[in-house]
Amino acid sequence: MGKYLTINGKKLEFRDERNLLEIIRKEHIDLPTFCYHSELSIHGSCRLCMVEIAGRGVMSACSTPPELDMEIKTNTEQLIEIRKITIELLLANHDRECTMCAKSESCKLQSLARRLGIEEVRFKNIFHKESKDISTYALVRDNGKCVLCGDCVRFCDEIQSIGALGFAGRGWRAKICLSFERNLESSECVYCGQCSRVCPTGAILPKTEFRGVWKALSDKKKKVIVAIAPAVRAAIGEVFGVTEENGTEIAGKIVTALRSMGFAKVFDISFTADMTIIEEANEFLERLGKGDDMPMFTSCCPAWVRFVEQYYPDFIKNISTCRSPQGMYGSIARRIMPEVLGIPKEELVIVSVMPCTAKKYEARRSELAKDGVIDIDYVITTQELALMIEEAGLRFGNLEASAFDMPLGFKTGGGIIFGNSGGVTEAVLRNVMNTNGDESEEFNFVRGENGVREAKLKVGTRELKLAVVHGLKNARKVLRDIRADKKRYDFVEVMACPGGCIGGAGQPVYSDLAVRKKRSKVLYENDKIMELHKPQDNPYVQKIYKDYLENPGSKKAHEYLHTTFKYRKRFKATLEIFKSHLEKSININVCVGNNCLRKGSKEILKHIIGDNKFKDNVNVQALICLEKCSNGPAVKINGKTFEHCTPGSVENAIKEELKK
Amino acid sequence: MTSNYSKFEAVCCILEENNFDKSKLIPILQSVQEEYRYLPAEIMSFISSSLDMSPAIVYGVATFYSHFTLNPKGENIIKVCNGTACHVKKSAAIIDAMRKKLGLKENENTTKDMLFTIETVACLGACGLAPVVVINENVHGQMTAEKIVKLIDETMGAK
Ligand code: SF4
Ligand code: SF4
Ligand code: FES
Repeated sequence: MGKYLTINGKKLEFRDERNLLEIIRKEHIDLPTFCYHSELSIHGSCRLCMVEIAGRGVMSACSTPPELDMEIKTNTEQLIEIRKITIELLLANHDRECTMCAKSESCKLQSLARRLGIEEVRFKNIFHKESKDISTYALVRDNGKCVLCGDCVRFCDEIQSIGALGFAGRGWRAKICLSFERNLESSECVYCGQCSRVCPTGAILPKTEFRGVWKALSDKKKKVIVAIAPAVRAAIGEVFGVTEENGTEIAGKIVTALRSMGFAKVFDISFTADMTIIEEANEFLERLGKGDDMPMFTSCCPAWVRFVEQYYPDFIKNISTCRSPQGMYGSIARRIMPEVLGIPKEELVIVSVMPCTAKKYEARRSELAKDGVIDIDYVITTQELALMIEEAGLRFGNLEASAFDMPLGFKTGGGIIFGNSGGVTEAVLRNVMNTNGDESEEFNFVRGENGVREAKLKVGTRELKLAVVHGLKNARKVLRDIRADKKRYDFVEVMACPGGCIGGAGQPVYSDLAVRKKRSKVLYENDKIMELHKPQDNPYVQKIYKDYLENPGSKKAHEYLHTTFKYRKRFKATLEIFKSHLEKSININVCVGNNCLRKGSKEILKHIIGDNKFKDNVNVQALICLEKCSNGPAVKINGKTFEHCTPGSVENAIKEELKK
Repeated sequence: MTSNYSKFEAVCCILEENNFDKSKLIPILQSVQEEYRYLPAEIMSFISSSLDMSPAIVYGVATFYSHFTLNPKGENIIKVCNGTACHVKKSAAIIDAMRKKLGLKENENTTKDMLFTIETVACLGACGLAPVVVINENVHGQMTAEKIVKLIDETMGAK
């Protein structure tokens, strides 16, 4: 026996839908919502999805589970008025400079105001402009555009387990902010940008830098070269209503568009993705042989790398030291291309087009700079590229396709699938299995949508255990399991964004999972029609190795293609515990970060100042943190850090210092 | 020399008594506020680190409840009622007089010397005495601008 209810007089069967909203949307009624996201928990705060239920009155559809024989109406006069009032109230406290908002065309508030036929706002305007947070390369936050739906807060917490964003205050003072009103740069944010993807308005947006690119393009003394990431071709067509099975035509159109804008050379990041695979596979086999620092983690997602650097310093050694494809492109473009292309170094401007906000940050990592000069001058997103195409007045759909420039335009299918979650692993397997004499090219078991996909694979006599992970909360779980010895892996791929780079925050905004699946399919189809599939077969890559880098893993290769990582404090705090008035006193910093605290830093503090033993000779601060989390408690005395401290050892060290 | 050690130790004890349990965040913040009379940012950072939770959540809780205060309060707390009855009886003039007397700028509620904090509250339940001011624990009814200035002088003198 089926279960039934009625919607607008129509009898409908329901099964396991979690709430009325799901049933209503299945009926192709687009009930408006801000705070409902299929990927996130239900919040029920925006009050837009109100429906009338016979005998119960007006209720929110998103948080009401279906019941037998419910009679639901979605469009009464009263409901329409409620929705209008809600939107008007939001508009009364909104920065209504919509024509100048980058979100303009995809803004949900704007489209709802239009759909609901709002012609005037009946409430007094109480909007106060606040300054924007432009502290990072990745994002811009503008609370004036916020509708307090909380989607960003929940994404950051529920999917990424970061919790950088939160609500603060209450009532009309409520707002979204980072802890203690800090800016993004000094928060725990890892720049994945997914909060900007789910934000229905322009309150969080990827930061743009394409203005600088236009400027460089119009500078006659400069030659601007550009490379596009694999995922870009899978999504940019959405902006222009162009779809294609495998993305080659679209990639060709992008090349034409970029040439017509004046770029001197148009390359493909898939080329350096091929190189990344070769280096990474080589590193993997080396580590596997030695058994050192296993499992090896991929290093191509900068948000994931930052996540490990912030939260799991003891796993930093597990990250492959390979630069990401963008990092390798930067290095080769800056250091090798001037010679290859015959462009003087000082004339060269290097641009990359990425599906990602974290890549903007990555390009500026000091570890990727040489002598203080960063490799990549501008990182623009797929969204920005689409804007530039529009600005240039190019009819994207009508453009002829043209070919990438050589050498960095040639790629194998391995470099293309990099944009999908699982792609890196598959490409590495193509390389590793080949080096081991096996010929397989498709490894379907690493493909798919699950947040954590595990696989076992025989290589020679060994059984390899792999994990493919997307979403940082999933990554956290995997790391915890590894640490607790519950899981053992040899190779772990992590992408911070759900779906991998194709789902990146620099891509055209999507909310429907089907869109992401389609993008993923484009890359796999593209791989199929490529001539070559294994990165190591790329003849141009082979030539670069021969001419400049010797062999994978060589000293030269390390100089050009590898990088380093370091522990980054999530947040800092200093507590003045004891302040001496003497000019010459010893400075003592006791770490009270979570790890050190549990291992006894409180006892140390008590011992050294509890009975005032050193009088005014010491200055004592407790702080978070000294970055020695696995070797705590850590204490710093006049600049020198001591690990595994005990009250006694610190006392002695202070006495030593006093003798000086 | 100045030592904050005992306060820090107290915070540690509060955390221990609550077994470093995230779900006890509110009672933890309450006890800490009793210790410091407000919630210093660095102590909230310390609490979030020790409870292994995002500082944004701690900050969210601390700013949600009006019971918590993020700024240190003065030695004397003056509450002025601005509920309906007191408002009608011109409590606004009293607030102005007080601000002027104490030299408080707009958005400032505590004097630089940390002697006074003024707070406006919505109804103290003594509408018959409107307008009402409470200085520390003492209720003063039928307040006027002149009287409040005198009372402030008296409070200063008593210290
Ligand atoms: S960019 Fe990612 S980590 Fe940063 S606030 Fe947004 S969702 Fe959180
Ligand atoms: S910033 Fe955007 S996603 Fe976050 S609460 Fe505001 S409107 Fe919603
Ligand atoms: S979608 Fe239901 S209240 Fe926001």
